[in-house]
Amino acid sequence: MAPLRPVTAEEIESLAIGAWILGTGGGGSPYLALLNMRALYRQGAVVSLMDPMDLADDDLVAVVSNMGAPLVGQERLTDPRTIARAVTMMEEYLGRRFRAIMSLEIGGGNAVQPFMAAALLDRPVVDADGMGRAFPEAQMTSFAIHDLRMYPLMLVDVRDNAVIVAQAASWKWMERLSRTACVAVGSIAATCKAPRTGKEVKDCGILYSTSKAICLGQTVQAARRAHRDPIEAIVEAERGQLLFAGKIADVARRATEGFLRGTARIDGLGDCRGQRFELAFQNEFAVGWLDGTPRVMTPDLICVIDTVSGEAIGTETLRYGQRVSVVALPAPPVLLTPKGLEHVGPRAFGYDLEFTSVFA
Amino acid sequence: MRRVGLDVGGTNTDAVLLDGDAVVHAVKTPTTADVTGGITTALRELLAAVGASGPIDAVMIGTTHFTNAVVQRRDLTRVAAVRIGLPASASLPPFVDWPDDLAALVRGEVVMLEGGHEYDGRPIVPLDERGMRDAARRIRAAGITSVAIAAVFSPLNAECEARAAAILREECPDAAVTLSHELGRIGLLERENATLLNAALIGLARRTTRAFTEALSASGLAAPLYLTQNDGTVMLAATAEAFPVYSFASGPTNSMRGAAFLSGLSDAIVIDVGGTTTDIGSLRHGFPREANNVVEIGGVRTLFRMPDLLSVGLGGGSLVADDGRRVGPRSVGYRLVNESRVFGGTALTATDVAVAASLIDLGDRRRVADLPADLVKTALARMHATIEESVDRMKTDARDEPLIAVGGGCFLVPERLPGVSAVVHVRHQAVANAVGAAIAQVSGEVDQIFQNLTRDAAITEARRIAEQRAISGGADAGTLQVVEVEDLPLAYLPGNSLRVRVRVVGDIADGATARRRQPTAADR
Repeated sequence: MAPLRPVTAEEIESLAIGAWILGTGGGGSPYLALLNMRALYRQGAVVSLMDPMDLADDDLVAVVSNMGAPLVGQERLTDPRTIARAVTMMEEYLGRRFRAIMSLEIGGGNAVQPFMAAALLDRPVVDADGMGRAFPEAQMTSFAIHDLRMYPLMLVDVRDNAVIVAQAASWKWMERLSRTACVAVGSIAATCKAPRTGKEVKDCGILYSTSKAICLGQTVQAARRAHRDPIEAIVEAERGQLLFAGKIADVARRATEGFLRGTARIDGLGDCRGQRFELAFQNEFAVGWLDGTPRVMTPDLICVIDTVSGEAIGTETLRYGQRVSVVALPAPPVLLTPKGLEHVGPRAFGYDLEFTSVFA
Repeated sequence: MRRVGLDVGGTNTDAVLLDGDAVVHAVKTPTTADVTGGITTALRELLAAVGASGPIDAVMIGTTHFTNAVVQRRDLTRVAAVRIGLPASASLPPFVDWPDDLAALVRGEVVMLEGGHEYDGRPIVPLDERGMRDAARRIRAAGITSVAIAAVFSPLNAECEARAAAILREECPDAAVTLSHELGRIGLLERENATLLNAALIGLARRTTRAFTEALSASGLAAPLYLTQNDGTVMLAATAEAFPVYSFASGPTNSMRGAAFLSGLSDAIVIDVGGTTTDIGSLRHGFPREANNVVEIGGVRTLFRMPDLLSVGLGGGSLVADDGRRVGPRSVGYRLVNESRVFGGTALTATDVAVAASLIDLGDRRRVADLPADLVKTALARMHATIEESVDRMKTDARDEPLIAVGGGCFLVPERLPGVSAVVHVRHQAVANAVGAAIAQVSGEVDQIFQNLTRDAAITEARRIAEQRAISGGADAGTLQVVEVEDLPLAYLPGNSLRVRVRVVGDIADGATARRRQPTAADR
């Protein structure tokens, strides 16, 4: 068994940058979680990363994520003690101790949440997650695609409130019940999702996504330091594809059923001059059209990145005039299976399109 | 109406007298270390030139004094920070993510208390009034004179901040108090940061405002004094001295507003080319478009009423690389008149290239006659490309728009740019900022979450609140107009939540002016 690898403070910075790119427009900015990690590391915390293959089959792993409206998070901030309490209360409920903690969602701020819990609970973080990117709903995970059990779920807020969803009839029900509880406590809560055994993580998790996010962040940082083109560096390092480069010409947003939906139009610059790219989003970017023809669609990762800085741009912060590059990164294979596409393909977001990958 | 507009910059103090829409006279004098000296000189020269041609109705001053204090880390007051929101937000206390040197100067007591609200206005937990009273006593014992109070979701419900301030005033009647809901938007850390900066500048703001008032009476002016704000509007000096952060960007704002006024255009892009940097902004209805994102001031992330500006490192003093491929961001700045080639120096600057290309006649043009034509062409192309891209970035509309060019380096702006209908030059462009100060109006703003209302109903309600605020700020109700409406739907909040921001402006109400004028008239 390989020893646990300590994660440096610099790697946490890189993780935040990489995770924001893997957020594909959603997932919430990792900024506040990063501030917490800086404070924890200044106080001497060091979190270790665990190779998922080192989990014993009957180990138990806590799968954590912060849930709610990013805007509420901007006011209430985020506190490592809240996410840690979700984990310890789940342990009390189960009467078992977690071997390690992992992220539900590597895209956005939730990539950093397990590190916050791990720093307080002195447990390693498993190098894996359940999405390989960001998605808006509970049933959009590799665990759901593999039909694993979706309960129990522990939801806690900053006060002494905690809700257990002891059972749910389906993933959709789990989403509905937990979302209702989340709204009741102020539309922001820390959650410990259905616990996973070591075997389940190894068989059904998206493996090595944490180190992937760290590497992605390091790629951007290295390109910036060397005054290299960060987009080219990302595409090269992640075997991605640069789909389009241009300037945001129009953004339309609307909130429906609790989601931020909308479209953005990009007018081409440089090699793409004269062409037009359109993006549709539901929290995350879902489909992209080049001159009216579908060019890229979920679950392929659609990343909109500031052409100069290499910084990811969220669907909430898209603005007219931004110089952006649209980059596709490969999705984890499990999302591309027929079962995976039922959960996270274009039809799961209401687009009547037959999925084709830009990497096919 | 006859108004005097003053712009107190880092280098120059400019003054103009406006009679209605006409610039009667303008003067430019060096800013003095005591600030007042420059103002007194500028006013004396201005009034001497126009003679006893009638009374002055109002004096408006715009100044970069407070921004400079933060950037240069000087004249700052030590502050007690009160955060109300526990048990939320505990792990990220006030001053988190501040530059160490600035935090060391400003951080006094840090107090975190239970309280705050939810997004829908329900309390998170009740305010810890007893904790507030204990804290107030500690603040008094520590000899701290300025306090910043920020509560979670105070822009939606300000009760906690108001109650905490009342307790504080009972225990420390002399302390200055800044409340976050009076300044900022949703985003606790950024709003709190703006509140802390404001509290740190309170002492300087009071001294400066007092000095301005004295300079005015020394010049024999009895007109009411207004300070200009980031959004191109004014507040009476007595009110404004409590909100120094609202004048942070009044320099570029006044310059843009002045440019609009002098050109007669109300919707345009404005480019102000200085010695070291170029500021570009977008005017809508004669006002700069506001930034809806984080703005860093002296290394501190803030989110409050600031104009959306793009600053690029290009100006008349920008250094040009030997092959002409790079221009700026390094600059000789105000030393241009000694160090550039045409003025006898050895540095190759953007101004030298412009003289060599016959864009302007400055200094001794023979000193740049030897510049290779290729270099001049390459450097000009580089500068034009930078300007083109920057202007295009600030456009919010794909249609062609006019571009107003002002500032000492405006000869660097090409006469034709893609997406620009015309490049407009104006008279008095060198004092556009003082003109912008002179024409400032009064505003009212609202930024709030509305639920279960249609988009139109939410905007109507927001507009009503904004108008109410403008009127209580001294605006003439009959002249109010909406200058900005923005709505942003919110993810994961129930009940069709919509965040609406509306801003209205109006002329200074006669009544407000008259009320202020009476005592001074009696004094006379």
